[in-house]
Amino acid sequence: MAPVWLHRYAVLLACCTLFLVVAGALVTSHEAGLSVPDWPLSYGKLMPEMEGGIFYEHGHRMIATTVGFLTIILAVWLWRAEPRPWLKKLGWAALGAVIFQGLLGGMTVIFMLPKPVSVSHACLAQLFFSTIVAISWFTSAAWRRGGTLVEDQGAPGLRSLAVAASGSLFLQLALGAATRHKAFGVTPHVLGAVLATGMVLWLIVRILLRHGNHQGLVRPALALLAITFSQVFLGVAAYMSRLATADAPQPMPVMIGFTVVHVAVGALTLATSVIVAIQVFRFVQPEPAVSGARVPVAS
Amino acid sequence: MRTPSILSTGLCALALVLTGCGGGETKTEEGRSKAAPASAATLRIDPATAATVTGKVTFTGEKPVRRPISMDSTPACARAHTEPVLSEEAIVNDNGTLRNAFVWVKSGLPDGTWEVPREMVTIDQVGCIYVPHVVGVQTNQEVQFLNSDPTNHNIHPLPRANREWNESQPPKGEPKIKTFPKQEIMIPIKCNVHPWMRVYVGVVDHPFFAVTGEDGSFTLKGLPPGQYTVQAWHEKYGTQEIQVTVAAQESKTADFDFKG
Ligand code: HEM
Ligand code: HEM
Ligand SMILES: [Cu+2]
Repeated sequence: MAPVWLHRYAVLLACCTLFLVVAGALVTSHEAGLSVPDWPLSYGKLMPEMEGGIFYEHGHRMIATTVGFLTIILAVWLWRAEPRPWLKKLGWAALGAVIFQGLLGGMTVIFMLPKPVSVSHACLAQLFFSTIVAISWFTSAAWRRGGTLVEDQGAPGLRSLAVAASGSLFLQLALGAATRHKAFGVTPHVLGAVLATGMVLWLIVRILLRHGNHQGLVRPALALLAITFSQVFLGVAAYMSRLATADAPQPMPVMIGFTVVHVAVGALTLATSVIVAIQVFRFVQPEPAVSGARVPVAS
Repeated sequence: MRTPSILSTGLCALALVLTGCGGGETKTEEGRSKAAPASAATLRIDPATAATVTGKVTFTGEKPVRRPISMDSTPACARAHTEPVLSEEAIVNDNGTLRNAFVWVKSGLPDGTWEVPREMVTIDQVGCIYVPHVVGVQTNQEVQFLNSDPTNHNIHPLPRANREWNESQPPKGEPKIKTFPKQEIMIPIKCNVHPWMRVYVGVVDHPFFAVTGEDGSFTLKGLPPGQYTVQAWHEKYGTQEIQVTVAAQESKTADFDFKG
């Protein structure tokens, strides 16, 4: 089959994964993680009564199972049809991640939400989403078209800045997960937001200033700017909605809405920063200068 | 207050993973054997000397508003109620007293193990509400959980001293009989299907505890003469302590006052 279908399939899987992240976040915000005490079955069945928290917990499991199967297909497809060996490997890595993620999910249930497991489950979900987004990007026509190489100017190097931005975003979402699963308070996450936003801005400003006419860099950089901006706003909203509903007798819709969207847009933030980093590594050459050369097709 | 430190949770999870045990077992019999070793004295209430401490738990301040609960997520729960359901977190009675305060003798009793009552304590799930909302049991006394609802519940205690467990109970399912082998004030128990559902269980090593009801009063009967620390606990307003000394067959009052 034409590579365009592989790409479309990967994009479909990325969308399903984002939906799965939303479904997972709904479980946490509804405090429904333990509404189904057994695993892998639910209430001893494949399909329990979908009411109350069970709707979220069992629904999350069903979507996760679907995404798991879709990932198997993606890995096999890449293995059969993809010429680039490293991309085949990335497909298997994604499959490994989703299987491990499923096991972590099962462990959260069986061991009754130990914080390290819940936090790891939240973090790996984000990494998995970024991996699928990256695979979608690597299989795209835009990727195959390539672009011009540019020379890096300035210290620290743009590649280091890109790694630092993605790294601090990952740290930031790990701190967010720790906040959300009450491993510790919100303060480290708020300080982390300053660091992560700072790194992201540094990276973006550098790209815009030095490589402002390179669309392959500018477009994802602007997307990252917009998403990070929204994410900070959503973070503040999530925090305020938690405070405002702290003494409510049950999880309230405002809180659920803001926290879930903050988790989902968190996944988008990380994934976009990963795309920016991929682009930087592809097009920005550290010294010695090779400016003007073109990236070979489909490398 | 109800969550242990990250470290201990982590180590605990690790230990569970390494030993491959602990999670899924369904043990209803655990800890049912009477805790008293044969040699230790078994203490019983002595009617000849039995003293009494009675009192009221009053509330001063602005009366808390009982917040409405939405049961829309489970129609079977919503259908069980004709009137709006209100949160039981803080209820001030008409006479200005506080309902659902747990009052118990915190210290001062002689050493030894108190006889465990044979009667079971019942926690029912009715209309997706735990009845009662606060309850006391003696360590190792049997507690039966009933499900009178046409819907599934999961029962999930969040203890610090006792063992944590999480089990489902189908509509009108078999009663679940459990014991709590360690003293603990209080164990919150949650249902995650219906996140508004919460009951607090006070587990005490002896029989001297009570929960305030609609008149806000309590009685601790059958105390041996002595000097005691009596504690009142409330879900929202925390704890308070009073020292009381009683002679044989004496009756004393100890009134608590919580501020809103
Ligand atoms: C395989 C792919 C899966 C992905 C990508 C995924 C993703 C997620 C995400 C993003 C969350 C929300 C975390 C948060 O809000 O902090 C979550 C929560 C949760 N997931 Fe998954 N999940 C997967 C599989 C599973 C499976 C198979 C189970 C099996 C039981 C499971 C059980 C749970 C539970 C119980 C929670 C709530 C955790 C808590 O409240 O602490 N997950 N998941
Ligand atoms: C670049 C900035 C930010 C990123 C990437 C980010 C990311 C995240 C993520 C991914 C989570 C959920 C983790 C999980 O469990 O899966 C989270 C949780 C949270 N974040 Fe942020 N965040 C950012 C900024 C902020 C800011 C500025 C605040 C402001 C106070 C904030 C407040 C929170 C709160 C309160 C939670 C926990 C939500 C809950 O209680 O359920 N975040 N953050
Ligand atoms: Cu329930």
